[in-house]
Amino acid sequence: MGLLSKKDQKLILDPLADDNPITIQVLGICSALAITAQLKASIVMSISVIFVLGVGNVVISLMRNIIPSKIRIIVQLVVVATLVIIVDQVLKAYAYSLSKELSVFVGLIITNCIIMGRFEAFALGNGPWRSFLDGIGNALGYGVILIIVGFFRELFGSGTLLGFKVLGDPIEKTGLYATGYENNGFMLLSPMALIVVGLIIWVQRSRNKALIEEN
Amino acid sequence: MEHLELFFKSIFIDNMVFATFLGMCSYLAVSKKVSTAVGLGAAVIFVLAVTVPLNWLLDQYILRDGALAWLGPEYADYDLSFLSFILFIATIATMVQLVEIVVEKFSPSLYNSLGIFLPLIAVNCAILGGSLFMQSRDIQTLGLATTYGIGSGIGWFLAILAIAAIREKIRYSNVPAPLRGLGITFIITGLMAIGFMSFGGMLTGGDEEEETTPVAEVTPVKEMTQEASDELVLTTNEKE
Repeated sequence: MGLLSKKDQKLILDPLADDNPITIQVLGICSALAITAQLKASIVMSISVIFVLGVGNVVISLMRNIIPSKIRIIVQLVVVATLVIIVDQVLKAYAYSLSKELSVFVGLIITNCIIMGRFEAFALGNGPWRSFLDGIGNALGYGVILIIVGFFRELFGSGTLLGFKVLGDPIEKTGLYATGYENNGFMLLSPMALIVVGLIIWVQRSRNKALIEEN
Repeated sequence: MEHLELFFKSIFIDNMVFATFLGMCSYLAVSKKVSTAVGLGAAVIFVLAVTVPLNWLLDQYILRDGALAWLGPEYADYDLSFLSFILFIATIATMVQLVEIVVEKFSPSLYNSLGIFLPLIAVNCAILGGSLFMQSRDIQTLGLATTYGIGSGIGWFLAILAIAAIREKIRYSNVPAPLRGLGITFIITGLMAIGFMSFGGMLTGGDEEEETTPVAEVTPVKEMTQEASDELVLTTNEKE
């Protein structure tokens, strides 16, 4: 980290825990919940968001002095939409089955509140390098939650991680299944994503009392 | 009949919030009071009812493969569907702006209740999601697209109304401190989503159409392994 000053390090590290976009700022929940049934989809989604937010933040920050403030939302949407089209086309070309699985949620990165939120809150008022770090940091914070949720849902739901049968084979009854363990198919259904995120928030806030809300 | 079925399907079975998690950000942020939730919900119904049919027309006559054929035979080979994100979001942003201006001009009272929510809506995933689902589910006619837009809007409205009512009441309950606010809202939404899953087989009793969500793709595998393991148990029992 010799390259970065203390302040810059804070930009990257804060969103990973105490200022996490999902659990604290409540941004970008939709995609975090919908695509986390498998770890692989979560990882691909995180990488896409890291790319879009990192590059988008730099672009907006470079243009910040020439965007008229009245139409800035439309300008921001155009920048994001362009970047998302790039991501979507790359996914379609190199990972077609995965892009089918993510279906509309790649497109929904456009309206992911993290992106617009960071543009508004940070990139419009800061230089390109710091905006870049802020973008990467927030996208990483988002990715961390996605990967945690995806990890638990895939592990308990289908007994696999990235498609590898880490708990043994449920049909052959090897590994853990020999002891009578069964997969919890409920973890794969959408409501469990909400509950898993709820539990993550619970754990995080009981470790850091300063984050507890009032009512 | 087709319309009625799609209407109820988009309200209950494919509920925007509980089945596809669209519009969660504003759903969580604006659900602290019932009155504001009603305002935002109404604005979402309105904007979805306008933008989904508009984007359907765009998709049908400009974007999809061969859609430009009406311009002449030499345009029949164009497939502009990669432009759909940018055109859809542009339509939505312009429509929202336009609606805001029109409502402000003609109905100041409606503007006062909806006005502050309209800019929020341009970046609400439920709106773009409605158009993208309309495209990926291949909805056939303009009428059906309108029905779908209104139906999903009402579904979203119901969801935010319900959570706002619960959150107003839950203020008086003794929730564990770290769960207060956001955490308990997530868990309640999860429980409500489990409730909404029971609408799943309601309409046709066996709607065999394949959904594109990963959830639907994974569950058959689980059932299959379940059957397979049952068979395995059976065969071993027979051996004994």
